[in-house]
Amino acid sequence: MSQPPPIVEFKDATKRFGDGPSVLSGITLSASPGEFVSLIGPSGCGKSTLLRLIAGLTPLNDGQLSINLQTVAHKSGDLAFVFQEPTLLPWLTVRRNIEVMLRLRHTPADQRRALTDQMLALVGLEPFAAHYPRQLSGGQKMRVSIARALTLQPSLLLLDEPFGALDEMTRDRLNEELLAIRDRQHWTAFFVTHSVAEAVFLSNRIIVLAANPGRIAHEVTVDLPYPRTAETRLSTDYLKRVADVSLLLRSVETTPLIHPAA
Amino acid sequence: MNRRLLTILLPVLVGALMIVLWYIFRLHVLDTDRRFLLPAPDAILRALIEKAPTLWSATLNTATGALLGFGLAVALSFTLALGLSLSPLIRAGFYPYLMMLQLTPIIVLAPILILWVGPGLKSVVIITFLICFFPLVVNTTQGLISTDRNLVELFRMGRASRLQEIFLLRVPSALPYFFTGLRIAATLAPIGAIVGDAYAGNSAGGQGGLGFLTIIYSAQFQLPALFATAAVGCLLGFVFAGTVVALSWFALHHWHDSYQRKDL
Repeated sequence: MSQPPPIVEFKDATKRFGDGPSVLSGITLSASPGEFVSLIGPSGCGKSTLLRLIAGLTPLNDGQLSINLQTVAHKSGDLAFVFQEPTLLPWLTVRRNIEVMLRLRHTPADQRRALTDQMLALVGLEPFAAHYPRQLSGGQKMRVSIARALTLQPSLLLLDEPFGALDEMTRDRLNEELLAIRDRQHWTAFFVTHSVAEAVFLSNRIIVLAANPGRIAHEVTVDLPYPRTAETRLSTDYLKRVADVSLLLRSVETTPLIHPAA
Repeated sequence: MNRRLLTILLPVLVGALMIVLWYIFRLHVLDTDRRFLLPAPDAILRALIEKAPTLWSATLNTATGALLGFGLAVALSFTLALGLSLSPLIRAGFYPYLMMLQLTPIIVLAPILILWVGPGLKSVVIITFLICFFPLVVNTTQGLISTDRNLVELFRMGRASRLQEIFLLRVPSALPYFFTGLRIAATLAPIGAIVGDAYAGNSAGGQGGLGFLTIIYSAQFQLPALFATAAVGCLLGFVFAGTVVALSWFALHHWHDSYQRKDL
């Protein structure tokens, strides 16, 4: 039985900024097409940096990173990034925001329109196509941001804590929508988050990172079956895994507890 | 009371109050032999009507100079700002000389300009340009380098070309700054043209502007006409500033926070 080649592969990778200490050290990690991998860990463990390395936003110092079996230097085209902030252009309408990446690559207007219509429908924002970002809620802005990334029809989607600033109900809702979209589109995802519950709900694999230097401390496979829905959150299987991962995260948390003055 | 009505009514009331105070000051504070120094508003109005043809042609001349100088400043400052936005080193190299341009007194430049291009519209345009240029260049440059880092990163990831990054991202996001500079420059342009006209204008028949009239009227001690000239210059400033405020509204009100409706 032959494995499909990994879409992302790190081999003993090290990253530092300038002359500083290593932000990431000895990272060996690979992801197969179709996986949903979450990166979780304490502040400063380099999980966002890992994502930025994959995106080609910053170069590697040591070791190897290949994407689609090409080096990042060649920048594979079908890679999309969703930032922590919605990162919308405030002077453009929702529609124009969604199609902006297509505009940059000079996609013909009719194709652009068709793809944008499709994405507007996918994230349920058709009635808001002519609105400006400032007229939208936080959750709606994030939907626009995701729709924009998906217009690139990526095979690799990188998400840097996209729902961190949202309230819990909106976050849960968007988690479910994200999985529903993935059912239809089959991209591979790397997802940075601070929320264990979110990581367990979304991923088939969770990478727990430790800090100083950033390194992989644990890898957890989440074998809950897809499709996962709001109901999944009520199952004991799900809750047990959330508890397990929380304990693992606790074990790499280096910040000492604050003791009341003796 | 209706808030909207109040915002119209209040300025009118304040204006009326000031005219009343003007008359009271003139009639009850000033000695009779010094009253001529502060002409009554009705005298100014009469001068305005009496000198209307002269004032009108002078206003047209000044407006032409102001508009040309202002337009030139907008075009050149925008081009220079694009260049300055490219690197901090370029900015460091040019800023001292931009400051020099701004700090050199116009009174000193005027005779030089007269020698170089002769008195008249050209000199007026150049002086207006010099006065408007600095706030435009500084604000536009600041806007072009203040683009949201995340948006720049988004564009880089989308492999935007340098031109796409400038014209689809940096220029639109600099618009609020550009309009701040434009508002300042719009109020300065008529002043620049009037000052330029006073020092380097052409006095030949029909070519003088409001600055030239100022010199004539003050030499002839025609105080009501002098006040009328000031009023017309002020009005010209309002037209310039008002146009820019309207343009800024058209460009920004859809999306910029400064036009966000505040519900009280």
